[in-house]
Amino acid sequence: MTTTSLNQASGRERFSRWVNDRRKWIFATPAMVFTAILIGFPIGWTLYLSVTDAKGSVRAPADFIGIENYLDVLTDVDRFWPAVMRTGVFTFGALAVELVAGMAIALLLWRPFKAQRWVRVAILLPFVATPVAIAMMWRLIFDPNIGFANRVLSWVGIPPQPWFSEPATTLPTLMFVDIWEFTPMIAIILLAGLTSLSDEPDEAARIDGAGAWQRFWYITLPLLRPVVLVAVLLRSIDALKTFDLLYVVKGQGGGSFHEAETLNIYVYGLSFKYNDFGTASAVLIIFFLMILVVMWLLTFRRKGAKL
Amino acid sequence: MSATLQTRSTAEIGKPRRPARAKAYSAFRGTMIVLVVLTFLVPLAWMVMASFKTNVDIHDTTKSFIFTPILDNYSHVLGNDAYLNFVWNSFWVAFCATGISLLIGVPAAYSMSRFNMQKSALLVLLARIIPGVSLLVPWYYVFANLGWIGGYGVLIISHMFILIPISVYIMMSFFDSMPIELEEASLVDGLTPIGAFLRILLPLSVPGIATAGILSFIFSWNNFMFALVLSGSNTKTLPVAVFDFVSYASIDWGSIMAAACIMTLPIIVVALFAQKYIVSGLTAGATKG
Repeated sequence: MTTTSLNQASGRERFSRWVNDRRKWIFATPAMVFTAILIGFPIGWTLYLSVTDAKGSVRAPADFIGIENYLDVLTDVDRFWPAVMRTGVFTFGALAVELVAGMAIALLLWRPFKAQRWVRVAILLPFVATPVAIAMMWRLIFDPNIGFANRVLSWVGIPPQPWFSEPATTLPTLMFVDIWEFTPMIAIILLAGLTSLSDEPDEAARIDGAGAWQRFWYITLPLLRPVVLVAVLLRSIDALKTFDLLYVVKGQGGGSFHEAETLNIYVYGLSFKYNDFGTASAVLIIFFLMILVVMWLLTFRRKGAKL
Repeated sequence: MSATLQTRSTAEIGKPRRPARAKAYSAFRGTMIVLVVLTFLVPLAWMVMASFKTNVDIHDTTKSFIFTPILDNYSHVLGNDAYLNFVWNSFWVAFCATGISLLIGVPAAYSMSRFNMQKSALLVLLARIIPGVSLLVPWYYVFANLGWIGGYGVLIISHMFILIPISVYIMMSFFDSMPIELEEASLVDGLTPIGAFLRILLPLSVPGIATAGILSFIFSWNNFMFALVLSGSNTKTLPVAVFDFVSYASIDWGSIMAAACIMTLPIIVVALFAQKYIVSGLTAGATKG
């Protein structure tokens, strides 16, 4: 019975059945192939360049030099390790402030109030606005002579600050901009988490006489933990790779004393200014491994917390 | 025992004062909310005000908030044909990259959610983690050999690389939340699996697709690094054009702020009208625990 109906089935029907049976891969393959090609080739290529002395042009003949690039990079206390330090300080310093401030703002906006919708739109703007525009805006505000920041300081009697124009204040000022830009994002993610929590545990603790701080620390925060982790994960992935803000404010090399040079900016300069592809590739591989380790630590600790 | 009694009695004594305390609290909360909003809006307002100031007024510390607004900066920027061309480039690249990414990403997200293809999903999400700079040198080499540098195609492809993971991530969490009974019911009613996807699941996914589409468009519109390396002088997108404004001319703050405002305006309009979608896209995967 089945065989006869199969034989009678028209070519179109058979084709339809063939497609439907394989829909899992027909649907998934284009996205996977696209990504695999665009990632796979560069990773292979970068791995290859990292063990050669390629310089000047990628077409120029390059010699195999083994792990020399890696040794050079890992012993480079002039540019590489300071860049690693700055990347870490920038990312995790800003992230820590963003988490605390974002949590405070999320708690502040949690219970409904008039104009809640408009407040949410207002705090959406810093991180959906084009980062290049935001960077330009802060360059004007932090201009030592004509900027708004020093005007505000003069109103309260604080002497003008150099902001982006001195090596010592550049990185903290850049972190301030990052905090201004992304605290709202953390706040909105945490707010969505808070809104999705059930009221009952909090209510039960209140009846048992727990104070506001106790209820937050022992009830709300543990329940919110997975959401906090997602926020940390999403933000640290992007913060480690911050490019637009640093490049627009300080340009290639992160300023004349490399005061804003993170790994990403360092690699960009090596690749597109010095065309030192061998060294750049070695730094990139190390950078990528560092990102993976951070991701692994964050997700590993999450599993540990669940157990 | 006595301790419990004591706390209770203090609570009772405190009771009559509650209304006053509640009032004080709500006033405090209101003030804090206003402060938060000001913190995030005043810098943006400063940018907008500077775009309406002459360069003399920008330098004048006595004219922080009170000044005669002028439109010269805007007519200077918009009167420049090249700038209008950059607006078009940004729009066209974002439009194409978003469209193709949804076309590829939505079915992929369906498969990955429906068949629980975690390793495949991980491959696509890897694109979100890898530093973009590591891709630029090899891409540049390949695309230069193909003669594509300076065309729209290479910009669209590079943006799709960022947008596909975003679409897949958002749509996967959307399909995850869709009951599987929906699909089973349509199969019982005689639809093929693909028919069920096209006629039942897709129409129900419109909010998810809108979310993915809006966020994709914003990410493409805002992208700076890929266009910085891969665009030609005719295909420059807005962020690169605004950045070049500074490098070439002596700093003309009024025009730069006007250009920055024009670049940001579409995003702000989208944020006003599609706030709900942007928030749900950002929190996709965060709130299901």
